[in-house]
Amino acid sequence: MATHTSHSIPDALLSAAADTTDASMRTATMPIGIPGFTLREEQRTMPASEPPVWPINKDLSYVGKPQERWDGAAKAAGRARYTADVQLPGMLYARFVNSTVPHAKVLSIDTSAAESFPGVKSVHVIEKLLGGAVLRDPALEQNRYPLVRYVGQPIAAVAATSPQAAEDAAAKIKVTYETLPFVVDMNLAREQNAPLVFPGAADQAGTAGGGGSASGIPQTGNVHGPAVRKQGDAEQGFKEADVIVDAHYTTQVQTHSALETHGVVADWKPDLLTVYASTQGTASVREELAAYFQLPMSKVRVITEFMGGGFGAKFGAGNPGVVAATLSRKAGAPVRLMLDRQEEHLSVGNRPSSDQRLRIGAKKDGTITAIQLISFGTAGCGTGAGCAGPASNLYKWATLHVEENDVFINAGPAAAFRAPGHPQGAFALEQSIDELAARLNMDSLDLRDRIDENPVRRVQRQIIRDSAIWKSRNPRANADAGPIKRGIGLSQSIWYRHLTMDSAAEVRVHKDGSVEVLSAVQDIGSGIKTVLAQILAEQFGVPPAQVEVKIGDTNYPVGPNSGGSVTTASLTPAVRDAAWQAAQKFLTSVAPALGAKASDLTLTDGMVRSTSGKFQPISFRSAAAKMDTNQVSAQSKRIPDYDPKKYDTYGGVDVAEVAVDTETGRIHVKHVLAVHDCGRPMNPAGVISQINGGVIQGISYTLFEHRLIDPNYGIMVNSNLDKYKIAGSYEVPTIEVQLTESYIGQSSTDASGIGEAAGIISAGAAIANAFYNATGVRIRQLPMTPAVVLAALNQPQPQMEAL
Amino acid sequence: MNSFSLADCSTVEAALSQLKNGAVVKAGGVDLLDRMKNGTDTPDRLVNIRNIRELRGVQATPDGLTLGALTTLAEIADHPTIRAQYTILSDACGRAATPHIRNVATIGGNVLQELQCWYFRSAEFQCIRKGKDQCFAFSGLNQFHAIMDYGGCPSVAPSSGAVALLALNATIELTSAAKGKRTVAIKDFYVQPDANPHRFNVKADDELLTAIHIPKTAPGTRSAYQKYGEKESHDWAIADAGILLEMDGEVCRRAVVTMGAASPVVRRSTEAEAVLTGKPITRDTARAAGQASMTGAMPLSMNGYKVQLFPTAIYRTILLAAGQMERDPSAAG
Repeated sequence: MATHTSHSIPDALLSAAADTTDASMRTATMPIGIPGFTLREEQRTMPASEPPVWPINKDLSYVGKPQERWDGAAKAAGRARYTADVQLPGMLYARFVNSTVPHAKVLSIDTSAAESFPGVKSVHVIEKLLGGAVLRDPALEQNRYPLVRYVGQPIAAVAATSPQAAEDAAAKIKVTYETLPFVVDMNLAREQNAPLVFPGAADQAGTAGGGGSASGIPQTGNVHGPAVRKQGDAEQGFKEADVIVDAHYTTQVQTHSALETHGVVADWKPDLLTVYASTQGTASVREELAAYFQLPMSKVRVITEFMGGGFGAKFGAGNPGVVAATLSRKAGAPVRLMLDRQEEHLSVGNRPSSDQRLRIGAKKDGTITAIQLISFGTAGCGTGAGCAGPASNLYKWATLHVEENDVFINAGPAAAFRAPGHPQGAFALEQSIDELAARLNMDSLDLRDRIDENPVRRVQRQIIRDSAIWKSRNPRANADAGPIKRGIGLSQSIWYRHLTMDSAAEVRVHKDGSVEVLSAVQDIGSGIKTVLAQILAEQFGVPPAQVEVKIGDTNYPVGPNSGGSVTTASLTPAVRDAAWQAAQKFLTSVAPALGAKASDLTLTDGMVRSTSGKFQPISFRSAAAKMDTNQVSAQSKRIPDYDPKKYDTYGGVDVAEVAVDTETGRIHVKHVLAVHDCGRPMNPAGVISQINGGVIQGISYTLFEHRLIDPNYGIMVNSNLDKYKIAGSYEVPTIEVQLTESYIGQSSTDASGIGEAAGIISAGAAIANAFYNATGVRIRQLPMTPAVVLAALNQPQPQMEAL
Repeated sequence: MNSFSLADCSTVEAALSQLKNGAVVKAGGVDLLDRMKNGTDTPDRLVNIRNIRELRGVQATPDGLTLGALTTLAEIADHPTIRAQYTILSDACGRAATPHIRNVATIGGNVLQELQCWYFRSAEFQCIRKGKDQCFAFSGLNQFHAIMDYGGCPSVAPSSGAVALLALNATIELTSAAKGKRTVAIKDFYVQPDANPHRFNVKADDELLTAIHIPKTAPGTRSAYQKYGEKESHDWAIADAGILLEMDGEVCRRAVVTMGAASPVVRRSTEAEAVLTGKPITRDTARAAGQASMTGAMPLSMNGYKVQLFPTAIYRTILLAAGQMERDPSAAG
């Protein structure tokens, strides 16, 4: 099992143990390791029904080859139908009424003016709020309406015949508050007499994408924690250290800011609730709606044809989902509820901040004797600010002492956000490791070779070592004389092999030679549709563009919720297995017409062949015409990994080159070399695209993004995309991605995920280490705006680290 | 956004006749629609002037240039005469906002856009500019606010165009149905917050900004503008600098140094200008001028970095205008 504990992916997502009692098992040889470096073969035992082992990518036809997006043309041409594009007959438009105060008891809500407003068809007042932490003892707060804990908290909603009528009517709902003292600054919230966000202990469950925290954690005031993990005697470890690096880091709150906001179209009919949702989990939306409304799962259908980004914040129906469904039920008409950009910033998630004191003790040879991390972070009125993943899991240590604390403030609850906790944790850890290398007078790559046993990372470091960009690095910090100083730095990242067995698909072959794959899985932009098309293409020899991919609908076999980088690793083996089984059924179906036994037939490279040479190979399409039924199909679900005792992590090593303008405080990221692994890259173009996106999002987090809440009024002042600053085209550097194809022998596709590990984790520390290389100054605060950079450069500097 | 009626006008006369009872002019609509979406502006009636052809285009006159109020920022940025002789203006218009916005934003709208302050632009905060007696920025979040000449309101002047127009000594032409045309020098066009916090320019509600006149530049004029933000793509200036140098050979006969994002009204730095006047432009004089520009700076709790940033913006833009430095990679565009 995993050695990591700090992040909060539900155990259900972790690898289940293989059922070794299965009588029909076989053993096969699988490629293992990295071609060009460590490629070798190992035996694996697997169910006999599994398809033949795939060779490495270079010996496949469609899988492993860069493919353009299966739905790229539809997206580029505007044909792709996103949730906000759904138009149903008689559809109504809904708006939320949101709190305008950060902390209050709602005394009364007068909806009369809204209900009589022309065009209004239904009004709903929220009495059960979803999201955020929940009091362990609900008796501590007894009121008809949920307590307001942040500005922007949804309170009521209106559905009307036009968006304008809904907005105008929503403005007529009168909410009377009894305001309470509030706190939005994490440091103030930690103080003894700070206003309390919750009157008692409160916890938040995680989602498929992570977030939340373990239950039963102590709580003092607004501080929910510590969640403690101790391995060995860290104090003794520090005593045994020759060098101790001790540093304090802070990171800001980032909002997800997906291009498409949260939203649904809900259509409540007596026999079926149909919900079109912008979601990372059609399954999770269905589950939450069925539970909330006490409907059988079979009476809820969720559809996500296209999805415009979620980054972890879009699991479950959430308040938009249940409120839209309620309004639809009341009105007897479909209801569209899409959040606006301000609501998106305020009420549907964010990446928690962090305040980390990190101590690392090491021997002269680099061996780490102790790591101690004491962290505080705010997830608003939720939890999930733990960030000890990198410190706990990236390197080998003799002793570990971790304490993670959530600090409640009057702000919207956090949600899982691309590699929960890890960008924060790596920003601290990877700077301290660099500082340790300098203190030990060791090269930073050499030190990592010493303390990181992962064989893939080792290869990745060698690629870095041999790269032109790393060779151009001046190991001496602050070597440039002018006001603009160049620097190069690196950081590693880590993510974990999460899987869900709730991953199934059906593959159909039709008599006209067309093939299709069906699964409830949703494509959140990472390109799973393309990958599924490739798998069928590989099986049937049909170009991916001719494969029909039908996903994003709970009418199809269950699909994984896309969080924690599970989708490709979980679903693709099920799809390949279904495709393989459908192909076998297909051969059985055509065998009589071909005058052969099915066992004599193979389907390879798009040709049906007779092993005994009974007939000349014929094309798949010609053979399909000879099927004895109009359609054959097979459904398959994910089986456990072949060797679940082997627990894998993924990650990468990223190098950033920066130019620091020491007079303006601007950091220009010029070049990023990103070396990453994700098992077998199914579609290298898609993997590279995800890494490009992760690097850009990481740069944006490192340099620009910052949720700013006025301390006196509790109102976010940059709840737009104008002053909430996100990297634009000028801020995108040259990004060079090198994939280390890494075979692990775990499934019929041997695929893994890339979403979390792809750059977002490591960008901050890589840039900060490059900044140090450029200037000789450590910057331990995010975001690195001109104000922060100039302040750091103006500080009297402690003696420069060696090297 | 509130419901409103829209009067679509194709002549100046038609537009002027509509400017009553609180009707508000809409040209490119970039700033106005933002404010309406924010709920800070709730006009019942908009007068769309975007289709008034006579207000669009750049005209060379014997005295200089006339910019129709509806000339887009992109048209100004790309205009050959402006690029050659009024570089500061093409620089400023070509660095505002984004290419998309520059294709619809007009120079009139750029000059008239409201102040930048996130409290002022939020419907939740009723501040001194909205007729109340409170400013939220002094004790709140003020990293992007003014460092000079702010009196009771440290919002910042938003117009990059105005940074150039002030240096070029432009005049604003205002037209009303009642009084016909009048012109106002741009230095007198904006109102200091302490003079009247409720007005930020002198245009009356029934007046339309119809044109901007720019006098010919003197022989030996070189000019440049640079905008500094936290990023280059689509960001508001945290410092911007306009420089106009009238050169006699190596010696600067007259210098104009203008600054945006420093104060609620675009300002000239006479202190910086004095450093340059009568001297050759060198790295040293440029740096000294940059330092002089901060005379009287009183940064707020979070924007002290601007006092370090402006001298850099100004010295680098002086050297750019003088042809002694390339365009700054730390500046937009």
